[in-house]
Formats: sequence, C-alpha cells, structure tokens
Amino acid sequence: PRTGQNAGAAPFIFFLTLQYTWDASEEYLFRAMVAFAMRRYSSKETTQISNVLLCNVTDRVSFWFVVADSSKNVTTIPRKNVEAAIRMNRNRINSAFLLNDDTLQFLKISSTLSPPIEPSLPIWLIVFGSVLCLILGGIVFLIVSGIRQRQKKNQASAEAENLEDKHETIVTTENGIPCDTLDFKAGHINGVYAAADDERFTPL
Amino acid sequence: MEQSRPLWDNPLQFVFACISYAVGLGNVWRFPYLCQMYGGGGFLVPYFIMLIVEGMPLLYLELAVGQRMRQGSIGAWRTISPYLSGVGIASVVVSFFLSMYYNVINAWAFWYLFHSFQDPLPWANCPMNRNYTGYMEECEKASSTQYFWYRETLNISPSIEEHGSIQWEQAVCLILAWLVVYLCILRGTESTGKVVYVTASLPYLVLLIYLIRGLTLHGAVNGLVYMFTPKLEQLANPKAWINAATQIFFSLGLGFGSLIAFASYNEPNNNCERHAMIVSLINSATSIFASIVTFSIYGFKATFNYEDCVSKVILLLTNTFDLEEGFLTADNLEAMKNYLTSTYPNEYTELLPQIKNCSLEAELDTAVQGTGLAFIVYSEAIKNMEVSQLYSVLYFFMLLLLGIGSMLGNTTAILTPLTDSKFISTHLPKEAISGIVCFVNCIVGLIFTMEAGNYWFDIFNDYAATLSLLLIVLVETISVCYVYGLRRFEKDLHVMTGHKPSWYWKIMWAFASPVLIVSLFVFYLTDYILTGTLKYQAWDATQGQLVTKDYPSYALAVIGLLVAASTMCIPLAALIIFIMKRLRRESISTVA
Repeated sequence: PRTGQNAGAAPFIFFLTLQYTWDASEEYLFRAMVAFAMRRYSSKETTQISNVLLCNVTDRVSFWFVVADSSKNVTTIPRKNVEAAIRMNRNRINSAFLLNDDTLQFLKISSTLSPPIEPSLPIWLIVFGSVLCLILGGIVFLIVSGIRQRQKKNQASAEAENLEDKHETIVTTENGIPCDTLDFKAGHINGVYAAADDERFTPL
Repeated sequence: MEQSRPLWDNPLQFVFACISYAVGLGNVWRFPYLCQMYGGGGFLVPYFIMLIVEGMPLLYLELAVGQRMRQGSIGAWRTISPYLSGVGIASVVVSFFLSMYYNVINAWAFWYLFHSFQDPLPWANCPMNRNYTGYMEECEKASSTQYFWYRETLNISPSIEEHGSIQWEQAVCLILAWLVVYLCILRGTESTGKVVYVTASLPYLVLLIYLIRGLTLHGAVNGLVYMFTPKLEQLANPKAWINAATQIFFSLGLGFGSLIAFASYNEPNNNCERHAMIVSLINSATSIFASIVTFSIYGFKATFNYEDCVSKVILLLTNTFDLEEGFLTADNLEAMKNYLTSTYPNEYTELLPQIKNCSLEAELDTAVQGTGLAFIVYSEAIKNMEVSQLYSVLYFFMLLLLGIGSMLGNTTAILTPLTDSKFISTHLPKEAISGIVCFVNCIVGLIFTMEAGNYWFDIFNDYAATLSLLLIVLVETISVCYVYGLRRFEKDLHVMTGHKPSWYWKIMWAFASPVLIVSLFVFYLTDYILTGTLKYQAWDATQGQLVTKDYPSYALAVIGLLVAASTMCIPLAALIIFIMKRLRRESISTVA
C-alpha cells in the first residue's frame, strides 16, 4: 500500500475475487458511486461525475481518487468529508461492485464492525429449558408409576392375607351337615332307646 | 423367600450394555491421537496383539466372575474369599471418583449442543470487545474456537490456585446431565436395559454420517494418507506397545466393577465367552472407525488452514507489489517468491517477517487428544462445513450418547453392590438409593464447574483411575487363578457355557496378563518417579496459549489421596477381616 498521500486524495485498493474484468465502464461506475455518496452526504446536488478524478490506476486495480469542488475551481474537497461520505454509503458502494468490506478496501477508512444481534433470551437457555422439562417429566412419571406399582403389589399381598383369615371363619362341615347344628338340642332323640331305658335291660 | 434378582430381558440387552459402556469418549479422542503419535497404520499391530493377549482374556474373566457369583463387585469378591472384599470396595471407590468427574464432560457436551442451534455458530467468529472497535484481544491471539472453549465455556482461571466462583451455566448443565443419568438408572436394569439400545446403536449412525461427510470433504484424503502411512520404526519404540496395552485396558473399562455388575444380571447359562469376544472386537473396531472419521476431519481442517494461509500470503504479496490479480497462484507461489526476491530485493526483505511459511505437514502434525480434540479441533472443522448447525448438533449428540452410555456402566457399578446389601435395600427403595448417589455425585461435581475446575478435572482424569485400576485387575486375575483356583473356575465355566475354556484362555489368565499388568504398573511408577514434580497445562489469557506450571502442594496431596483411597482398600480390608476373625475366634475360645 502507498504511504505518502495528498491532502485530499484517498487511496483505494481492490482485493482479490473480482468477478468481472476492470475496464473504463467500471471506472465510470466507481466515479458515479463516489459522486452519489458526496451528494447524499452534503445533500447538495452539485457534485458531478466529472468532479471525481482517478489517478495512478494499476493492474492490481488500485488507484487514488480526489473529488474536485465544482463551485471553486482547482480545489479539492477535504479528505475527511470524502471519508465521511464514503463511510455513510459504504454498503451501497460495496453492493454496486458485488463486493464486501473485505474485498473492497478503502485505505485509512476502517470498516465499522456491525454490532452483534443479541436476542432478548439466549437461544441456548430455551433449548436447555425444554430438555430440562422433558427429563423432569420423565423422572416424575417413572417414580410415580413405580410407587403405584408397589402400592398395587402391597394391596395384592394384603388381599392374599385377608383370604387366609376368611378360611378360618368358614364353617367346618361334616358330611354336608354343619357341625354347629349337630350340637343343638333340636336333634331327634331316638325314642326306642329312651323307652327301653328303665325295664328292658336286665339288671346285673 | 428372597426376591429374585432382576435380569436383562434378553442377552442382546446385556451385549448392548457392555458395548455402550466400553465404547466411550476414549475411542473417539484418545485412539486417533495414539495412532498419530505411534506410527499411523503401524500402531494397529501392537494394538491388536494387546487386544488378544490382554483385552479379551481379562474381559472374559470379569464377565465370568460376575455371571457366576451373581452379585456386584463387593459381594462377588467376598464370595471368592472374605479377605478379598477390599477388591470390590476399591472398585466401587474408583467408580465413584470416575462418575464424579466424567459427567462434567456430558455437561460440556450439553452446553455445546444447546449452543449449536444458532446461526452462525457462536465459536465461528470472535466476539467484539466492549467499545465495538475490534475483536476481543484474547480471541485474536488464540482462535475463535479456543476462545469459546477456554473463556465462554470454562471461563478458566490462569492457574489452579485461583478458584474463582462456580459458573452457573456449567452448573445447570451438570445438574441436567445428572438428571438424565438418574432417569436412565432409576428403575435398575428395567430402565437401563431399554436405554442401552439407544446409547449403543445411535453413535454408530452418527459416525456413519460423519464418515460419509468426512470422506467427501475437500482435503480429507491428506489426513487419511497421513494417518495410515505406517511408520514402522515406531514399532521398536516401547512406548508404542505400552500405550497400546494401556489403551486396550482402559478402553474396555476393566476393574471398575461395571462389567461384573452387568454380568450379574445375566441368566446363569449365558455364553459370556462369545459375548466377551464380540464386545472387545466391536470396541476395537469402533476405535478404528472413529479414527478414520477423525483423520478425514483433521485432513479437512489442515487443508483449510493451509489454503487460508497461502491465500493470505498471496494477498500480501499482490498488494505490496501491485501485481495483477490472478498473477500469483498457490502453484506458482514458490517460483514467484524467488522472482520477486530477485526483482525487488529491498521491499521483499522488508516484507519477509510478515510472510508465513505455510506447510500442510505442520498443520497435520498438531496432534491433539482429549477434550481439546473433541471440543476445539472438531468444532473448528465443523464451523467450516456447510449446514454447520446440523453437523454440530449431530456431533455433540453423539458425544452425549457415548458419555451417558459410559456413565450408566459407572453408576451401575456403584449401585449394584448397594442394592445387593440387604441392610440398605430393606430400608430404602431402589429409586431413593439411585437418587442419593446421583445427588452426592452432583454436589461434589460442582467443584469442576468453578473457574479452576478444568485443572481439577485433569487431575482426576489422569490420576484417579490409572494406577488403582492396574492394581485392582492384577489382584483380580491372581485371586481368580490362584485363590479361587483355576480348576474350580474351569468347572464353573463348563457349567455356565457348556464347554471348558481352551488352553489359550488359561495361559493368558495364569501367566500372560498378570505379567503384562505388572510391567505396565512398573512403567507407570517409574514414569511418575522420573518426571519429578508433576506439571499441568494452564491457559494464559494474555498470550492466548497453554503454558506449563507446577502443581501446588495441596494438589499433589489430593493426587496422592486419590490413588491411596482406592489402592489402600485392598490391604486394609484384608487386614480388618483378619483382625475380626481373630477376635471372633478368641471370643469363641474364651466362651468355650
């Protein structure tokens, strides 16, 4: 890059990756863009394409340029005005040439870095939150179903114990006749034995 | 009547559980490094020899012990001989240390996974400094991926003495990681058995996708050629053989008690011989598969950086000498440099310090292992791929699966002896025991989320398990062969698998493996003694690179404690049992 420079001249270098050949028409476009930038910046409609002068064009496609002041002959617009104008419209100039800040470099005009877009809630927290809810849900589900399974098992074993108790209160039967009823005095007494009690048996 | 032991639903669950446990992060981030350091394709020779001599026999031994004794590590060794219960306790202690620090890796994987849903990826570009005038200085000195790892993920302090505070982002990721592990082990084998279907098979799907993507990347061939050209002179280097043996040993996860625990849930007649061979072969094959993927990615990254460097040099020269665009190309660069030196000697010598010598070899030579490989190198390669978000998500999801698969084995190794113990299992349900173990581990693991946490992580990673495991497995092998008796063991295997083990297994168990382990042990000890004070790599933010520092005395004390806590269990337990038996005998004799 050239080091010494004139008061009003701004050096300007193309980088690699030009997708088209550089010819006089491209130069014309460049001068038009610089004029456009000056018009936008000063909001006077006085800058003409003929006011932008290129010099020292090299094969590398790098050159110097100055913007002459049309109202006052022979003077150039001060460097910082030109710099400010270009900085304001950098985007438009870049896209006119299908390049970006890396490939189209204006020396001494540093490119402003675009501020990062910060979302209100970091994205990772959102993903984290959803995964956390899923996992907690799974854990709660498994624990609850485990407790319920154990309750069912306890109930089942408790029922099995109840059944065993009931067996003891079931009436024991003898030949189909409940023993309880056999104790009742309502049983029939055989009259033959009762009558034969006093006389039939021979006393010893 | 006791409750019957829970079993795997089918033998496939058991095999998947072993594969999921054995195939872990070490296959992805340690084996490729070893391959690169010790002779490329030639490293496979010592690797396979060690697999056959050491890996398969020891794996078969552990699985058979677990399946025969049908108890966790403490119970199994106590059954063999009461004096050996220390071996089981040492296994549990080592597993406890491992699960404390290993889950932090899963926390990091979660962090990167959650950050992969952004466009562009947060580690693709340097963030800007406060006044928005330029990029962060630390990031400019290092690279954007290194900055994201050391500053935004770890927020690492310059040395281990400066603790810093707990990073809340890492802490919540750690809590999430423990919740995931808890979810998987909550119901014991019932839940673990289903989870291992996923954790064992999905990583292979991702590796396959990466293989196809990796092989089609520009420059991948450079990496593969570099890796696979065998440098056979490395075979004469004893370090190659020692590292092959160490890699096989630690990659299979022997000695932690996890394999014994998994096998204890088997049906008694499960063919563990066949399963042992299958698991060890799959483990080694996965290592090789993963290193093919890693090296194609290396090749891509190295080629990308090399071409970037070359285009920067071309740009510099083109601008300085106002040459026409396209005049300098990568091919004619060297010739043109000479031409320029002769044509404009003054200006060229002025420019000389700025012109870097770009070398593809130098880029490929940067061998990285461990967390550096997984989180820095891979993320750097991923950010240059198209659709980088998709590949990033896939990659960190795979790391998570591998890490959680290994965690399942570690926690099972701790839980199985606890649930086997009647005292504990009658008082607490199995969900509560798992919950307490996870909770305690989580709380202790918060140490690794502090600013100096990564240094403590390295301490645990390097020292908690290495020496102790060698000792544990050595005692295991000797006790099975000589205390339990090789003949008795043979008969048990005959009952379980239906045929006697061949003479090959017997020779390996009785002679080859113990000799190998003893030599590894001796090597490690001499290495520690010879290096003198232990050193660590600390991140220097001002320079943007790692610097070597000495450990302070309390860190050395912690290292000593870690090693002693597990190794001392073995003789201590034997001593205590001996004393108790003596006292009981004396009390019986005084009573009688």
